[in-house]
Amino acid sequence: MSTSITGRSVIDELPDPEGRPPLTGDRASTGRWGDRLFGGAATSSGVLVIALVSLVGLFLVIQAVPSLLNNNVNFLTSTEWVPSGAQPRFGIAALLWATVITSVIAMAVAVPLGVAVALFITQYAPPWLSKPAAAIIDLLAAVPSIVYGFWGLNVAGQYFEPVQNFLNTYLGWIPLFKDVGTSAKSTLAFAGLILAIMILPIITAISREVFAQVPTAHKEGALALGATKWEMIRTAVLPFGKPGVISGAMLGLGRALGETLAIMILLSALNPNAAWSWSIFTGGETFASKIALNAGEFDSPQKTGAYIAAGLVLFILTFVVNAIARIVIERRKAFTE
Amino acid sequence: MAKRIDVHDLDIFYGDFKAVEGVSMTVEPRSVTAFIGPSGCGKSTVLRTLNRMHEVIPGGRVSGKVLLDDQDLYAPSMDPVAVRRTVGMVFQRPNPFPTMSIKDNVAAGLRLNGVKDKKKVDEVVESSLKGANLWNEVKDRLDKPGAGLSGGQQQRLCIARAIAVSPQVLLMDEPCSALDPISTLAIEDLINELKARYTIVIVTHNMQQAARVSDQTAFFNLKATGQPGRLVEVGATQKIFSNPDEQATEDYISGRFG
Amino acid sequence: MSTLTQAAVEPSTTPPVHTDLTGMSGRRAFTDRAARVVMWGAFLLACIPLVWILVSTLVKGGHMLLSGSWWSLSQNGITSRVVGGGAAHAIQGTLMQAAVTAIMSVPIGVLTAIYLVEYGRGRLAKVVSFMVDILTGVPSIVAALFIYALWVTTFGFQRVPFAVTLALTLLMIPTIVRSTEEMLKLVPNELREASYALGVPKWRTIVSIVLPTAFSGIVTGVLLGLARVMGETAPLIILGPYTKSMAHDLFNGLMATLPTMINQDRTEALQPALDRVWGAALTLILLVFVLNLLGRFLGRFSKVKN
Repeated sequence: MSTSITGRSVIDELPDPEGRPPLTGDRASTGRWGDRLFGGAATSSGVLVIALVSLVGLFLVIQAVPSLLNNNVNFLTSTEWVPSGAQPRFGIAALLWATVITSVIAMAVAVPLGVAVALFITQYAPPWLSKPAAAIIDLLAAVPSIVYGFWGLNVAGQYFEPVQNFLNTYLGWIPLFKDVGTSAKSTLAFAGLILAIMILPIITAISREVFAQVPTAHKEGALALGATKWEMIRTAVLPFGKPGVISGAMLGLGRALGETLAIMILLSALNPNAAWSWSIFTGGETFASKIALNAGEFDSPQKTGAYIAAGLVLFILTFVVNAIARIVIERRKAFTE
Repeated sequence: MAKRIDVHDLDIFYGDFKAVEGVSMTVEPRSVTAFIGPSGCGKSTVLRTLNRMHEVIPGGRVSGKVLLDDQDLYAPSMDPVAVRRTVGMVFQRPNPFPTMSIKDNVAAGLRLNGVKDKKKVDEVVESSLKGANLWNEVKDRLDKPGAGLSGGQQQRLCIARAIAVSPQVLLMDEPCSALDPISTLAIEDLINELKARYTIVIVTHNMQQAARVSDQTAFFNLKATGQPGRLVEVGATQKIFSNPDEQATEDYISGRFG
Repeated sequence: MSTLTQAAVEPSTTPPVHTDLTGMSGRRAFTDRAARVVMWGAFLLACIPLVWILVSTLVKGGHMLLSGSWWSLSQNGITSRVVGGGAAHAIQGTLMQAAVTAIMSVPIGVLTAIYLVEYGRGRLAKVVSFMVDILTGVPSIVAALFIYALWVTTFGFQRVPFAVTLALTLLMIPTIVRSTEEMLKLVPNELREASYALGVPKWRTIVSIVLPTAFSGIVTGVLLGLARVMGETAPLIILGPYTKSMAHDLFNGLMATLPTMINQDRTEALQPALDRVWGAALTLILLVFVLNLLGRFLGRFSKVKN
């Protein structure tokens, strides 16, 4: 049983170890009505999935375009957000920055940590601990996003204050770490950290799946050369698992980019007139948090369209990231065949 | 600098299960010793205790002594990593590291040992590949993946990888079982050459192979079904194959069972 | 250093000649030990947030769940200054929406998986598989926006609980497809062939041999998918505003859920409201965990193993 919390399995992508052809589409189907009906229903479901994804893109585009045409500033480069009125002015630059920087922080923390935890589970943990350890990390994914946000703001956030003060004091001369007077629990940095906890399970799950698949022959080959355990991991496990780690990281990135509630609760929205800052110790809004925060204001098509346009950019962003993850796995498949 | 191996009263366990019982034997330096016996009799298990690879398997442990020129491999002060560097191993299926080039495969052991000097690495790669009779076939494509070679070439690559760290002993676990007859012959020739420099222990299912390559043969068998494996008889290959002391050995060699 | 390594330092007289391969040994042993410490440390570090969250919610919300009214009453007529009322309306809404989501997404998901494993060939199967991956990655807020664009803007309907379940269905389909697909692939091909050899048509083979064999695995996948979808809040914020009273109609009016209850009360600075937030959070975590554990437990009875 390895129903992963990720909803997908790298094992699926691998060729059958015994070199048997995949099961898909044997020619056992007959012309009977039962077969035609059942096969038809199955195929229709497949087509429905294609239709759904296409419709998501299509509907978002259709409803975003009129608003975009009315826009009076460059949608991609402006940091303003005044989507209503006769002269709407809205751009995504600020949203894009906040979305990307929180995700980057999350990745910087979660990828090394997730790989280390996956190595722990597959290589270091004593046998009795290995499965419970994997289950514990999986449970992190079961905590709802909104709970992470509320807990971060009300419980964990205060403990981040010293970290922020330290960085402000000693690295404040770097624009990224400049102190702009935002409370630590409401900054991009802390939101990124909470995101890291949230995407840790997915990165760990996929990494441990590929690490567990490293052939014993390769591991023993390294050990027989007189490699220490860590050297064996570097020689045999990590190179073999690299594509899996990359695609796991990409899927984690996809999650982080689209994460809504935790970010919405944590980040303090900036004053529209506030000066632009590159600091990660300031507030802001991501695509998702902006849309969710203003869900009550979808009163005119113009305004709704502006938010849908932002959602469309987020959709494209996650689409690209997920497609990259997929391609990496496909290439690995070609490599191992 | 080949070394002598002395095994004394070796019991081998998987967890609580005793897999092999009471093995005692001596392997002379610069000789080839073949382990033969029916499947599941523990000959590969014994082989893997000679470089402490057995304990890599969860629950794997031994009691008794394995001496390498009078040093007990299982003494508490021994570092299994150092043991494995001194006692090299070649596996049943060729297992070159798939992500590495031919050259990097051979150099893998050196790099682990912190040899960074490029010239030296190149030298050792060349001498090891020559030692494994592979140099002429791969010298123009050292940067290509090792997995692209044929099975026999891959196995010789693995032998080159093993001898690159200049071990004292070379263990081979059915090195030809996944290979075609021509590649097998090439490996057997190689074993004959390597014998001049290393102590070699080879596990094989192929009786002719044992007769062809080895100076000494050890026959392993199960005491009874469900019982631990044991060493039935060890002696000069010539003798084992013509006039063994034990009836069981003769039965096995003449094909009456096993 | 063992004497063995000392001995190995002696330059060997026979080619290939390598000397002094042991100089780094002290550092190597240290690196190896350091790596072990780092891996253990990483795991323990990763456990901290989980334990911390669980302890926080238990300490701050545990007492709410102990009162009987929490499970039987709604918040009807109760303001944020007042202690009392329960979360029955939100629990009921969350369960009801989850059930409807499952009813809609399970047939589509399972059939799509059957298509991919048993029927799919060539380009169409590749595209379907790719789209399932894309759907896996669609952020919940985007799914919610899509349903909003469809349901409210295009059709002109109100925001009703059913619209929420549509968005959740969109999020749940890929999870079910992937887990079902995995289970179907584990059913040995020999079983199918044995059935064909008896003259059983393909669709009967799938329905009466393949699906029953994979059944408990599929149920596990559905439960894990549900657990994930239950905690989703973004679609609820866009499509399913909170209400304090009980509701049963999926197509009219508002329906409370645990996530929206948290979202409603979290902005209040008053203790009774905050207690309710922690209580609702704990209830939600418990629901999700129970589904998770149930799924994993059922998975143990799976007839196919990998």
